Amino acid sequence: MFTLLQVELYKIFKRPRTYIAFIAIAGLIGIIQLGLKLDGDAYINFVMSNAEQSFTFDGKLLNGYLVCYIILQLLLVHVPLLIALIAADMISGEANMGTLRLMLTQPVSRFEIMMVKFTAAAIYTLLLLVWMAVLALFVSMGLFGTDDLIIQKTRYLVQLSNDDVFWRYIGAFGFALLAMLTVAALGFLLSVFAENSIGPIVATISIIIFFTILSTMSIPIFQKIQPYLFTTHMVAWKEFFDLKVNADNTALKGTLQNKSQIIQSAWILVAHIVLFVGVAMFVFKRKDILT
Amino acid sequence: MTRFKIVFAVLLLALHAQISFAQDETALVEKLKQKLDQVHDYVATGRMKTDVAFIKAPVGNVKIYYQQPDYFKLIRKSGISILPKGGVTVNMNAIMATKSYVALFAGNAITDGFPTKIVKLLPMNENNDIVLTTLYIDEKNLLIRKAITTTKENGTYQMNMQYGRYSNWGLPDKVIFTFNTQDYKIPKGVTLEMDEPLTDADRKRMQQKNGRVEIDYTTYSINKGLPPGVF
Repeated sequence: MFTLLQVELYKIFKRPRTYIAFIAIAGLIGIIQLGLKLDGDAYINFVMSNAEQSFTFDGKLLNGYLVCYIILQLLLVHVPLLIALIAADMISGEANMGTLRLMLTQPVSRFEIMMVKFTAAAIYTLLLLVWMAVLALFVSMGLFGTDDLIIQKTRYLVQLSNDDVFWRYIGAFGFALLAMLTVAALGFLLSVFAENSIGPIVATISIIIFFTILSTMSIPIFQKIQPYLFTTHMVAWKEFFDLKVNADNTALKGTLQNKSQIIQSAWILVAHIVLFVGVAMFVFKRKDILT
Repeated sequence: MTRFKIVFAVLLLALHAQISFAQDETALVEKLKQKLDQVHDYVATGRMKTDVAFIKAPVGNVKIYYQQPDYFKLIRKSGISILPKGGVTVNMNAIMATKSYVALFAGNAITDGFPTKIVKLLPMNENNDIVLTTLYIDEKNLLIRKAITTTKENGTYQMNMQYGRYSNWGLPDKVIFTFNTQDYKIPKGVTLEMDEPLTDADRKRMQQKNGRVEIDYTTYSINKGLPPGVF
């Protein structure tokens, strides 16, 4: 099983397209960091204009924690597209190259092959997120320093103390991993049905875009279906950056405002992963392999 | 003609009385200013609590610098300080720095259990941001217990002061600063958040149009100079 996994990982990292995602993420994060370093104050003035009607903010608003939050907010919507490039190619790529039938002649069950292929896609997803965390969080902390994190929510503004932020990022990246694994599982499922990579990659990307738009539009009819879309739950990583207040409206450090929402969304995403991978295995087991 | 003289005399007396009242309060305010003028500068430490409907902020340790006539700076020891606009005047010394003013008596009141004299302070300078300040002065202890200030740019705000160890200097142990806030709302399409149902408590909290900043002063270092480059 471990040898199989090594082989799958070798196949993934042998392909040049695998590195597109790493290069794209490095490029995007670098551009955002450069832009904020050169003209970040203007950006902060623009985004804080609503709150600055009544308040003045004294301190380092533009710090590494905020830069990381901005990057995550921008990138976590697009990273699924990069994950789809690999995950949706896991089975269909083999079928396209004509190596799938050959692979199945080995004394390994179809279940094991599927498990190993999904694990390899999951490892790729994990590495992509670790890469993102290193660049977005640690490099930003180095470039911009650290301070309190001030986040604008729809209805209120949250101030998180400097010493109350890092663990939230660990939680947020952990949750983002679950969200990205859901995308990987969807791509993996769709790749079972195709004989070439383009179809499942485009289909995965289309589904993500379509559901994301439905999840973010505040139209009442869409709001009714939003809880049933996995893309709605993918943004629950943001809940790590909200805290409870006491009766005096004083923020309580180390707390989470919607812990139950995070847990519920995490379970929904896990259920989607199990469902997608389970269906993929079921279909693949019964599939007549002709290529 | 005699009746006219009597009416004229009464009016003259009333005017004199009015002027005397105004002069009396100017004297009181001047006395108060003299007391506050003992403080040339101070460095204070304390804890600041922000209570605004749309802000979730933790209690923070703050350091406050003041220098005559009206230099005031509040720094959160570690972190970002969020202060209401016009917050540079979160101290009485800055308000009392107004040099040219008219002080009018406006009645008596009990403030925080202390008998106080209400004095309306009108700056003579038309360019002053402060339009009117109402002071609730504890004449016996020569302390300002409450002040309501109306400004051109930043609305009306109120300060309630509680005194203790530093009352001889006219410096409070606690200041409660109340001010008006504007509505806050950012579209969900911008923040990309999940819909969260509002609880009754949340709804009630969001409807509050007033914000409060409470500063509990723990120490003052008075007239010992300030580090260079503070302001």
